[in-house]
Amino acid sequence: MNRKVYGKLIFELSREGRRGYATPKSGISPEDVSIKQTPIPSSMTRKSSLSLPEVDEPTVVRHYNNMSTNNFGVDTGFYPLGSCTMKYNPKINEEMASHRLFAGLHPSTPAFAAQGALELYWTLQKALCEIGGMEEFTLNPFAGAQGELTGLMVIRTYHASRGEGEKRRKVIIPDSAHGTNPASAAVCGLEVVEVKSRPDGTVDVADLKPLLDDTVAAMMLTNPNTLGIFEKEIPAISALVHEAGGLMYYDGANLNPLLGVARPGDMGFDVMHVNLHKTFSTPHGGGGPGSGPVGVRKGLEKFLPNPKVVRRTVTPDGFPVNETNRYAVEYSPVALGSVSATLGNFAVQARALAYILTLGSDGLMEAGKLATLNATYIKESLKDLYLLPIEGLSKHEFVFDGLRDKSTGVTTLNIAKRLLDHGYHAPTIYFPLLFHESLMIEPTETESRETLDEFIAAMREIAREAIEDPETVKTAPHLTPVTRPDDTTAALNPVLTFDNLEP
Amino acid sequence: MILYSKTHEYIRVEGEKGYIGISDYAQKQLGNVVYVDMPDLGDELEKGEDFGAIESVKAASDLISPVSGEVVEVNDALSENPRLINADAMANWIIAVTINDPSELEDLMDQAAYDAFIAG
Repeated sequence: MNRKVYGKLIFELSREGRRGYATPKSGISPEDVSIKQTPIPSSMTRKSSLSLPEVDEPTVVRHYNNMSTNNFGVDTGFYPLGSCTMKYNPKINEEMASHRLFAGLHPSTPAFAAQGALELYWTLQKALCEIGGMEEFTLNPFAGAQGELTGLMVIRTYHASRGEGEKRRKVIIPDSAHGTNPASAAVCGLEVVEVKSRPDGTVDVADLKPLLDDTVAAMMLTNPNTLGIFEKEIPAISALVHEAGGLMYYDGANLNPLLGVARPGDMGFDVMHVNLHKTFSTPHGGGGPGSGPVGVRKGLEKFLPNPKVVRRTVTPDGFPVNETNRYAVEYSPVALGSVSATLGNFAVQARALAYILTLGSDGLMEAGKLATLNATYIKESLKDLYLLPIEGLSKHEFVFDGLRDKSTGVTTLNIAKRLLDHGYHAPTIYFPLLFHESLMIEPTETESRETLDEFIAAMREIAREAIEDPETVKTAPHLTPVTRPDDTTAALNPVLTFDNLEP
Repeated sequence: MILYSKTHEYIRVEGEKGYIGISDYAQKQLGNVVYVDMPDLGDELEKGEDFGAIESVKAASDLISPVSGEVVEVNDALSENPRLINADAMANWIIAVTINDPSELEDLMDQAAYDAFIAG
């Protein structure tokens, strides 16, 4: 990472009238353009000139090249951001997704000319069914959170189909859940009810029981939970929720350690989503876009959103299928409706399928176990210096509650900032909310023993420094181009565009 | 008289009125406060139910009412400057309510009991 230069904004480099290229004058006069027949209403035309930066080509090239070196990603270094599964994104995924026959495909291409793409969709859908223990998946949602919303819409549509749509509005969510769970339930028009965790971080069945009645629509669970602990009582929890007539929703955020070992469908979950950008190695966030496929058990598949991809053996007219009509796009009248105009983020689906086929079932089974081994290795190597609030077996991630020795006043925030000086992305901090100084580490399976050892050494060094030279830790980072941005002022007075900058 | 709840709200009892805010300990745990979601004047609160929320750079938390009563004052200064809570959580109360049932104060903690609660 570029540790020194923090360049100007492209707008600050702008000089009036400067050009990199000049295009030839258009030979078409405005009168020739058909738009004159339906003129744009004057209320919708721009009154001021377009505010674009005016820069020469070398300035543009240097600006973006320098900026790209300020970026930190899995391609530049270790990124143990808990709950985000920042595994390496294999380059073969990119190669497959950018193949010209995929990359050039228009979303409105008729099915007969897009059989290969539809086969890809269908094959990935089936692979996810096998991994999740589900009957059918939709790949249409554009992100994990949209997947959650889609899954809850399936549940809402299911209850409505049984005449219980008005009655069943309660969604039970543990206090350790990701914030998206209650947010998705609220956006879906459902009512959120919190269930407490036991001291070991798992769901308190005694606290759950009184919440269950005929108003329950669903229970949302992440398993292993956000503390990396496997819910051992999951069969009992599923049975209780089902007895009350509710459905079980599996948040796939933490699917990685279960790959090929355990399946949400076998645990009693009815609906689940997965994050292709976590478990299946497609890019995250700004490097995305994401994808949040939703799977359902048998009996619920008819409610999945339109459009759907089907594989046929005979055509609707009764003829045997051939290479131009084996796969078709269908719209079902009983579906919950649509959550997307198209079949989702196709290039992301292509990357995920490339990952699954590259690893194969044996490789996928290994991935989850190695993720758990790596996390456990870090946990055991640091728990003498960092406070481990929950002992016992954890899976692909774990949570420290800050340093053991809190007398120095060095907080989790300070540790996270100091890690930047060591060249690491910080772990997730202050989540989950069950502890005051949460420091959540998820190394993923893609890291080598050497990387893990170096990270452990850095964490031990910071713990030592917290005692010998706490000021250095409290004022970190010292080696980044920007240090300690004022996040409170940023939240209160956000400067979001160039126009908001003080002159 | 200042009493505390287990969810770290305080109530300063002045006659039949109570001023509700969050404890200094809660303020420290939350970190810099960026937003306080407050009820409207005249809202009826139930003991144990949330009457608003407080958002910091670290987390968002519900505000739980330690008593039942009607909201009679709202600290408008906090909508302009939520950081007042970090400056002095005890002076910068969030709302004032009527105390409908003084017996609801009985299960709250006094300063000594609260200090022991957060230390434990």
